[in-house]
Amino acid sequence: MARKLNLRIWRGDSTNGGLQDVVVEANDGEVVLDVIHRVQATQMGDLAVRWNCKAGKCGSCSMEINGKPRLACMTQVSAYGDDETITVTPLRAFPVIKDLVTDVSFNYRKAMEIPAYSHPENLKPGEARMEQIDVERSQEFRKCIECFLCQDTCHVIRDHEDNKKSFAGPRFFIRIAELDMHPLDTLKNRKKTAQEEHGLGMCNITKCCTEVCPEHIRITDNAIIPMKERVVDEKYDPIRWLGSKIRKREGIV
Amino acid sequence: MTNLEKYKYDVVVIGAGGAGLRAAVEARESGLSVAIICKSLFGKAHTVMAEGGAAASMGNVNSGDNWMVHFRDTMRGGKFLNHYRMAELHAKESPDRIWELEVWGALFDRTKEGKISQRNFGGHEYPRLAHVGDRTGLELIRTMQQRIVALQQQDARDHGNAESHMKVFAELTVTEVIKENGKVAGVYGYWRESGSEVLFEAKSVIIATGGVGKTFKITSNSWEGTGDGHALALKAGANLVDMEFLQFHPTGMVWPPSVRGILVTESVRGEGGILTNNVGERFMFKYIPEVFKNIYADNEAEADRWYLDQDNNRRPPELLPRDEVARAINSEVKAGRGSEHGGVFLDVSKRLSAEVIKKRLPSMWHQFYELAGVDITKEAMEVGPTCHYVMGGVEVEPDTAAAIGVPGLFAAGEVAGGMHGSNRLGGNSLSDLLVFGRRAGMGASEYAKKSGDNPVSDAALKAAAARIEAPFSRTGGENAYSLHAELQEITHNLVGIIRTGSELQEAIEKIAAIRARSANIAVAGDRKFNPGFHLAFDLDNMLLVAESTAKSAILREESRGGHTRDDFPGMNNKWRQVNHISSFDGDKVSVRAQALLPIPKELFDLFDIHELEKYMTPEEITKGGSN
Repeated sequence: MARKLNLRIWRGDSTNGGLQDVVVEANDGEVVLDVIHRVQATQMGDLAVRWNCKAGKCGSCSMEINGKPRLACMTQVSAYGDDETITVTPLRAFPVIKDLVTDVSFNYRKAMEIPAYSHPENLKPGEARMEQIDVERSQEFRKCIECFLCQDTCHVIRDHEDNKKSFAGPRFFIRIAELDMHPLDTLKNRKKTAQEEHGLGMCNITKCCTEVCPEHIRITDNAIIPMKERVVDEKYDPIRWLGSKIRKREGIV
Repeated sequence: MTNLEKYKYDVVVIGAGGAGLRAAVEARESGLSVAIICKSLFGKAHTVMAEGGAAASMGNVNSGDNWMVHFRDTMRGGKFLNHYRMAELHAKESPDRIWELEVWGALFDRTKEGKISQRNFGGHEYPRLAHVGDRTGLELIRTMQQRIVALQQQDARDHGNAESHMKVFAELTVTEVIKENGKVAGVYGYWRESGSEVLFEAKSVIIATGGVGKTFKITSNSWEGTGDGHALALKAGANLVDMEFLQFHPTGMVWPPSVRGILVTESVRGEGGILTNNVGERFMFKYIPEVFKNIYADNEAEADRWYLDQDNNRRPPELLPRDEVARAINSEVKAGRGSEHGGVFLDVSKRLSAEVIKKRLPSMWHQFYELAGVDITKEAMEVGPTCHYVMGGVEVEPDTAAAIGVPGLFAAGEVAGGMHGSNRLGGNSLSDLLVFGRRAGMGASEYAKKSGDNPVSDAALKAAAARIEAPFSRTGGENAYSLHAELQEITHNLVGIIRTGSELQEAIEKIAAIRARSANIAVAGDRKFNPGFHLAFDLDNMLLVAESTAKSAILREESRGGHTRDDFPGMNNKWRQVNHISSFDGDKVSVRAQALLPIPKELFDLFDIHELEKYMTPEEITKGGSN
């Protein structure tokens, strides 16, 4: 059944812009991207929006819907009330190019800074043997579709433009974790560089990234926290740490 | 032209899907400079949608597998219309291409012995598909994307600049392959973001633009599948081969309307999913063609036993090649035995536990749960055919992927023709793009190394620029969105899964009429990230593809693989000896018949002669191969 939907769309570019109201038809089972496409085809031929697969697999149609970072192709119109206005705006953490399209090149620059996978030199193609249980830890992170919603929602990036230089963001923490947990990767000190060069320490584990991940990757619990714990382990030898505590206590007594 | 943004590279790759990225890696590793151009962001290409896996006869699950078995399966699947040399190279080289991905960091699912696991798929005799759950395409793209980053990091160490020798130009549309002196000289296009124009001078150009699905109304393809490379090649003077063959994947989603066409992976059937109609009948047993009767079970008991004992039972008919299953579903729906929304039922919940389904088919569970409100661990999915893949494409030299007729032009992946004959087997696409992506990279590099400069002339630049400006100079003309919708309606109704001569004739006339009107498209707004402007160029490509498909289809008076003629049912062995070659004279597409190369004796002898008798004429059988 078709109904009229009130849609409020941010239109503009890096210099100026604002919200525009449109009324558009919405049918049963449609997602927000469908109605945006209908607006494009019937009312605003030059409305800019990124999309590709329309099945939640490519991570292109990231935007903010009623203020929440979401994939437009995976957001059902029916999730909102019949009288509710749906507001769509571009990702806030990245510079606007036009309308709902933002400049996400920050993420590609960060990708370039993460040292690549390093294969054991003496292991020839076809010789690798790995247990399923061992590859699964990294496989969880390789599910990432690079929608960058986690980057958008992370307040270290979202609220502090200055942090972008020294903070890689959740997407790249799971990239580092994936390589760190890769059964064959030979590069040492991935956790240490995560802490020292990519800003792992700035994350204060509020789990916002995990909440918005459309692939349900447990970014905070399975990647960030384990890395933080082990960085601490490696930085401070636990026996000496314990020893110093005990001595301190003796000193007090 | 003084302000024109200009670049110079040894090799330009158009398309950043699996084939394009594999080609780029190869060209860079051979020491050349490479530009990678893509319409979307880097890493979003349609390859990410490939779910089931990559076919390679590594023999990890069944040691009986080898390249010869894979070759036979591929030829059977394509109904022997495949270019034998492409099928041979593909079968021989796929295992190395998969293992190489592990060296670059890919993490495939494992067997108990820790090797790469392989799964069953339609038309493959043994478990053969290397996979990562049901997101294998994403793993391929990410692995090669990261390989490219690794090579760029190496360039940063060696040359002080990560982009000194290889650069990705994302969100850039190529409108023309420019030739000078009869050879490729570069490509011309525009940034989607700003609309400003760019020239790339290059010694060789690799087209790796994927498919044409958006020409059709119901498709699994994303907006990018608009046949750009097919049209660029045609306009540059290359040929397309066998464009009548389109694969309608048997299982696309049919409801809700917004997801109509989105793919339901064949792995659902590979893992034990069964197809039933609205009276609960498991109908595929009725549709086993004569040529496959000895390898597919004709009763439920045997089909069910196959999942436990594959050596002593025939395969379930749900795993027939895709063209057979798509036609069967089409027939059931037409006979009034379809589901509420015009599909049939696919059910995996009765054979596997909820836990196993979520582990082996995580994206499918997610897709149906989120988009259709269906829990596939408890209930059946509604599915129907969707336009998925084009077997036809640029006619190439198999060993080098060089486009025939245009020096310096290469093509690999879905945009290239010949490899899959009249029908592609599932899993053979991911392996195809690795094998021929690499070969295109090698071929283009060898060509570039022995070629001198071939500068682009001002006349060519002016013509290319004028074409881009044209839609803005018109007012009150046609709307690209409406013309696209009209084209999709025509292809869906008249050039779809079942065809007839009279309907194809009607289609040819209607496509020509739309093409005439499309010369008058006007675009609203300016050049900045303007989808209406982008569509005007995509539409031009789709119109050429549709014309080529309709004109090839009307000539082929038989039914084979992804081409079914209601007025000529059944295969005709004489037609197996014919390829259809499309060419473009600047005004219209013309199609001519060309003799298919005969199979050499050493490959001919891999088959049982009685099987070949089903496909070949008595004269061919007597001859016994070409040498």
